[in-house]
Amino acid sequence: MKQIIQCQLNGKPVELVVDVRQSLLEALRSHGLTGCKEGCGVGECGACTVLIDEVPVDSCITLAIRAEGRVIRTIEGESINGELSPVQQAYVDAGAVQCGFCTPGLVMKTTSYIEGLAQSAGGCCQSGSNGINRDDIRREHAGNLCRCTGYQTVVDAVEKSIQYYSGQK
Amino acid sequence: MSVGLSQERLDAKAKVTGRCRFTGDLALPGTRIAKYLHSNIAHGRVVDIDTTEALAMTGVEAVFTFADIPRIPFATAGHAFNLDPAARDKEDRLLLTDYVRYHGDEIAIVVAVDGLTASKALKKIKVTYKEYPALLNHEQALDTAAMELHKGSANQVGEHSYQCGDVPAAVASADISLKGQFQTQMVQHCHMENHIAWAYMDDTDHIVIMSSTQIPHICRRIVSQALDIPMSTIQVIKPAIGGGFGNKQDVVLEPMVAFLTKKLGGVPVMLELTREECLSSTRIRHPFRVNVECAVNNDGTLKALAMDVSSNTGGYASHGHSIAKAAGSKVVPLYPNAALSYQAVTHYSNLPSAGAMRGYGSPQLVYAVESIMEEAARKIGMDSLDFRLKNVAQTGDTNPLTGKVIESAGIRECLIKGRETFGWDQKKQEHQAFKSGNIRRGLGLACFSYGSGTYPASVEIAGARMILNQDGRVTVQIGATEIGQGSDTVIAQMASERLGIPVSAIRVVSTQDTDTTPFDPGSFASRQTYIVCQAVAETGDLLRQRILEHASTMLELPVEQLTISEDAVFNGDKTVRLSLNELALDAYYHKTRGQQLTAEVSRKVTTSAYSYGCTLVEVEVDIKLCQLSILGIRNIHDSGKIINPDLAAGQVYGGVGMGISGALSEELLADPETGWIYNNNLLDYKIATMMDSPDISCDFVETHEPTAAFGNKSLGEPPLLSVAPAIRNAILDATGVAMNQLPMSPKALFNAFRDAELI
Repeated sequence: MKQIIQCQLNGKPVELVVDVRQSLLEALRSHGLTGCKEGCGVGECGACTVLIDEVPVDSCITLAIRAEGRVIRTIEGESINGELSPVQQAYVDAGAVQCGFCTPGLVMKTTSYIEGLAQSAGGCCQSGSNGINRDDIRREHAGNLCRCTGYQTVVDAVEKSIQYYSGQK
Repeated sequence: MSVGLSQERLDAKAKVTGRCRFTGDLALPGTRIAKYLHSNIAHGRVVDIDTTEALAMTGVEAVFTFADIPRIPFATAGHAFNLDPAARDKEDRLLLTDYVRYHGDEIAIVVAVDGLTASKALKKIKVTYKEYPALLNHEQALDTAAMELHKGSANQVGEHSYQCGDVPAAVASADISLKGQFQTQMVQHCHMENHIAWAYMDDTDHIVIMSSTQIPHICRRIVSQALDIPMSTIQVIKPAIGGGFGNKQDVVLEPMVAFLTKKLGGVPVMLELTREECLSSTRIRHPFRVNVECAVNNDGTLKALAMDVSSNTGGYASHGHSIAKAAGSKVVPLYPNAALSYQAVTHYSNLPSAGAMRGYGSPQLVYAVESIMEEAARKIGMDSLDFRLKNVAQTGDTNPLTGKVIESAGIRECLIKGRETFGWDQKKQEHQAFKSGNIRRGLGLACFSYGSGTYPASVEIAGARMILNQDGRVTVQIGATEIGQGSDTVIAQMASERLGIPVSAIRVVSTQDTDTTPFDPGSFASRQTYIVCQAVAETGDLLRQRILEHASTMLELPVEQLTISEDAVFNGDKTVRLSLNELALDAYYHKTRGQQLTAEVSRKVTTSAYSYGCTLVEVEVDIKLCQLSILGIRNIHDSGKIINPDLAAGQVYGGVGMGISGALSEELLADPETGWIYNNNLLDYKIATMMDSPDISCDFVETHEPTAAFGNKSLGEPPLLSVAPAIRNAILDATGVAMNQLPMSPKALFNAFRDAELI
């Protein structure tokens, strides 16, 4: 059974025709947003992470119809006018990208993490000053699997993201 | 100058923005979805299969079983074709089977308008099996009374041996000798992008296959063989690949999607495996049982190593005995001055099929060899690092297996650098305070040697093509396949180095397309940088020469006075400048002179260079909790000249991370009676999460390898090889307990500590 849902997708109001059984991942991908990836389909790997009302979710285990009236952010909305977001730039600069299949999900998770940090610190998000260490970063990103990097450069990228984000503010 | 600099990955921005397109992102509208019916037993025969109900479902377009497929056995291993029939891979697969050889074997396939319909249809297929006892290990499979899994094989895929020096005499004359048995587990690649391929026909006889493959050209040949259709009617396209680690060095889905589109009149048909299917129904790493004997003198001289390997390839051969063969040959250049003997057998079993995986047998063998080396050092009371320094290869040693001189060996320098930068001696002192009580600390070390490419086992050939575009920039096409490791980027750096133009003016075509891409077998054996460099260097030289010749015509100056720098051609004192853009426009559009300036070279390489390295690790063990923490881990590599330091470090971090994960937690579990696979999902099959992964450090010793155009050697697989034995040796150092079976999980530590009466 098909249903029309309305939501805000990467800053723009959209209408999507979805099967009521479809996952948000399938709905986004069939809408042309193929940046979010399926690595497991059951919420184990995080490659499909998108933000719903700023909360990171595994879109593979979120029903598309749950997006009704919500604000959705995907990887495709993160660079604006060709400019990479601070998190995207940090991933590039830290060498945290290899095969790139997990990267969109990781970037979305980190984005939500550092924006959350900034908010809780009243706009100030500085590595060290609010006591964020590499283990905190690991704990926060434990739901995103990567098989290429050993996570070393991904943790570096999150540290850099915090720097870049605070530098931008 | 580009070689040696940390050039940003060419695809980094495409990947962080989600614009980079993988196989599944390119599907055509209306693509049909195919799904396999997998056996739910490990060994048996399908005596009846009823597809009537499934076929009757709305949305189901076709159901095929064993009865419908071509009876052409084919081999799936991604090896270049071998002119010697005896050296070819075992042709033991059909597209579908009625003889079930492992839990998850493919017995039927459904094609439907969407995935949900296909999944529902699978449940409507009724199968009756006659079940046989599962043969899971060496003894069961090679028992003379055992059922043959493949007719005429006696369940044996291959065996061989070699002897360098007189091992029995060396053992007899050595001061001490010791023996050990080591067992490795079933490990799976778990690349984040599962296997996926889709195909359609764009003419009456032309099939286009889009696939996540490491080996597009080999894939085309195998599809051609499996379906008995001419190779030129098949076009294999490889877009961006979400990791492979060897699992996509096998032709897994492509013959089937080609078969399906052909059967269905050319409509696009896609096969995308689920994670569960990928974990147990593609390929795994061969479990090895290794018996090893080590003989040494009290002064620390390694006299002999005798290795005896049994390799379990599962239900189908895939890479089969090549794995044990490669592993055996790659250990020789590490200790070339000792007497070495090696014998190996590879057998079938009712486990998932084992194929290529990062290290290709070496991680299993290095685990055994470097563990027994540690035992030997302890037995004679010598520091493990000093013991290695006394015995490892040096430049100029002869590889006794090939009789060829080892042109570059930096393993001694790696060990010396590691000793200093890791603080080996200091940590060893500090650890004296942690040898009793509940919290123990220990140091571990392991070394490796590895090849660069597959020669002389297989042909090594690579092709490159370069085109000067109308805007003065250069397009590079290579057969080498980018699968995430960064090969496109280092190839751009090599091209830049030879052409004299910056990497920013070079576009590497990342997509391989067998209709247009120069021939190259693909991405495996840590071969690409080493094998491709010669073709890229020569192509670069050739195009540079052609550019300068055209400039010479335009400028009326001799070629010898001209040089390319950045975006232009200059004369000697730089008083004359001709931009490459102007030059290109002239070459393309001048009415009488010039032509499109291109160059193409295909080159065979008849050498292999040995790369070396070691892992140093410091662990802390909580005895009561059976918990292991890695306090520090450092890999030091001799991969010759490093083309791109940041990308090289990325390879090391990833390899060490995968090594840690395989050493400590990964294990695909099969029921010891039935062969049923328990944990083919990412929740129960434990690859390391970020929480499980310690900080990793690395360093390089840059030797110059004279057989490579830029002095470079392999790096893709090596970082993983020495990780597990180093950790095992550190646990031994900390606790006195020898973990001779992988993985060294908390459960395994618990059993071992209890046996040792530590708990």
